Amino acid sequence: MQNQILYVWYLLTAVTILAALLVVLAKNPIHSVLSLVVTFFCLSAHYVLLNAQFLAVVNIIVYAGAIMVLFLFVIMFLNLREYTEETKSNFAKLGAAVVGGVTLVAIIAALKKVQYPMPMRYDVRTGFVETLGEVLFRDYLLPFELVTVLFFVAMVGAVMLGKREKGERHF
Amino acid sequence: MLPSLLICLALTLASVVVGVYAERKLSGFIQDRMGPTEVGPYGLLQLGADLIKLLQKEDIIPYLADRKLFLIAPGLIFTAVFLGYAVIPLGPDWIGSATSLGVFWLMAIVSLDVIGILMAGWASNNKYSLLGAMRSVAQIVSYEVPLGLVVLCVAMLNQSLDLQEISFGQGIYTPHPVYFFGIKSWGLDVTAAGGFLSWNIFRMPLFFVAFIIYFIASLAECNRAPFDLPEAESELVGGFHTEYSGFRWALVFLSEYAMMLLVSMLGVVLFLGSWNTPLPNIGPVRLADWTSGAPGTILGGITGLAWLLIKSAVLVFVQMWVRWTYPRLRVDQLMYLGWKVLTPAALLLVFLTGIWRLWMV
Repeated sequence: MQNQILYVWYLLTAVTILAALLVVLAKNPIHSVLSLVVTFFCLSAHYVLLNAQFLAVVNIIVYAGAIMVLFLFVIMFLNLREYTEETKSNFAKLGAAVVGGVTLVAIIAALKKVQYPMPMRYDVRTGFVETLGEVLFRDYLLPFELVTVLFFVAMVGAVMLGKREKGERHF
Repeated sequence: MLPSLLICLALTLASVVVGVYAERKLSGFIQDRMGPTEVGPYGLLQLGADLIKLLQKEDIIPYLADRKLFLIAPGLIFTAVFLGYAVIPLGPDWIGSATSLGVFWLMAIVSLDVIGILMAGWASNNKYSLLGAMRSVAQIVSYEVPLGLVVLCVAMLNQSLDLQEISFGQGIYTPHPVYFFGIKSWGLDVTAAGGFLSWNIFRMPLFFVAFIIYFIASLAECNRAPFDLPEAESELVGGFHTEYSGFRWALVFLSEYAMMLLVSMLGVVLFLGSWNTPLPNIGPVRLADWTSGAPGTILGGITGLAWLLIKSAVLVFVQMWVRWTYPRLRVDQLMYLGWKVLTPAALLLVFLTGIWRLWMV
């Protein structure tokens, strides 16, 4: 059983890294986005292996489902094969390199703190909805409510943008 | 796991076979004509003939299509729909995956067929396909909102996302007491009576509205009439699958019928008592006991599966009936219904269910 899980883990990790590389290397932006979907899906599978079922499903529904569909939608609207790769200016390249480098440093710093092998504190209930609900609605109630305010403001903004202006016809 | 998988696959294939024949006969009846009559008795073998035709057809790939995506897309659509079956309880002790997240997983995985549809529409490199895919995705994403909210109502009342647990709560084998119309203060305990009296739609009277919202939204999710704009023949040739032929077209068609059965089954599980019998015990006439076996026995499995399939078949029948009765909606009417009628109504229902849960149960 342990071995089987290990094989699954190796396979998943290989696919994840491959898909993540494809996101960067694919010439066609659509292929890139689809590889990103595959990456998110594999990450969800990793969550399941870590006993975080709820997080896995949320990851699928929010990232692979909603956000990536929006990405696909926009890219498909923007270019119908007449897209030619424009060369980016040196300034943009420099900016990208700086941002990427800073992220890399941050990740390395975070990874150095990881204890290996992990301390064994196994609890089946960790990934359950009930546990998450208790943490979210009791221990972290204030941050949660503040985030809802943020969402509300964003929604009002979207409604304001989409509102019919005076004299504009609806269809 | 494997037996459940094979059974579900067989079930979907059988549902397509029965569904297509029933749809053609039914549309024939509604439009006052005969439907298929030539091949076999009552035209029963028509579908076999159609299948053989489809499978031996050439698999045409347009010259300018994105070859890889074009080939993968129909498989992806079918996989997304088929994975939803994993959490549907087919009987009291029979479910593909006993995860505690059941219905949440189903909503997440079924929403992925949108990606397959976009892939198919875009990879075809055909403007009708792309327009069909755009419409289809806009519609599915919009109607997922009221659908999700209504499912949330049921999850709130039953305090569970596990479809098996929700199923157990709606029959004579429920661990909790069930009151008439869910109103405790009346003191009418119908736990032992079971039948339709303990179905969610009866246990919480407001769920009748919720079920109607669910049904309308599920029609839109399947791209079925009156929400079949994505494949409106008069304007878009055939929607996102215009360029497909042969086996891949059959796969797209298969996904549509699998989706119809899936949303019907989910509707039955959430509102119409799942695998529980609709007949209540009335005094000494113990109809519920006679028509359902106890969980854990073979009889229980058989009657459970039978009731679930019968109820789902009735819902599929209503879907077909609606298709051949109502005209197609316009795009703006579709969006109006989804965002300005169903979504506020569903939000109100979530609020009322919360109050009900706090005060009545």
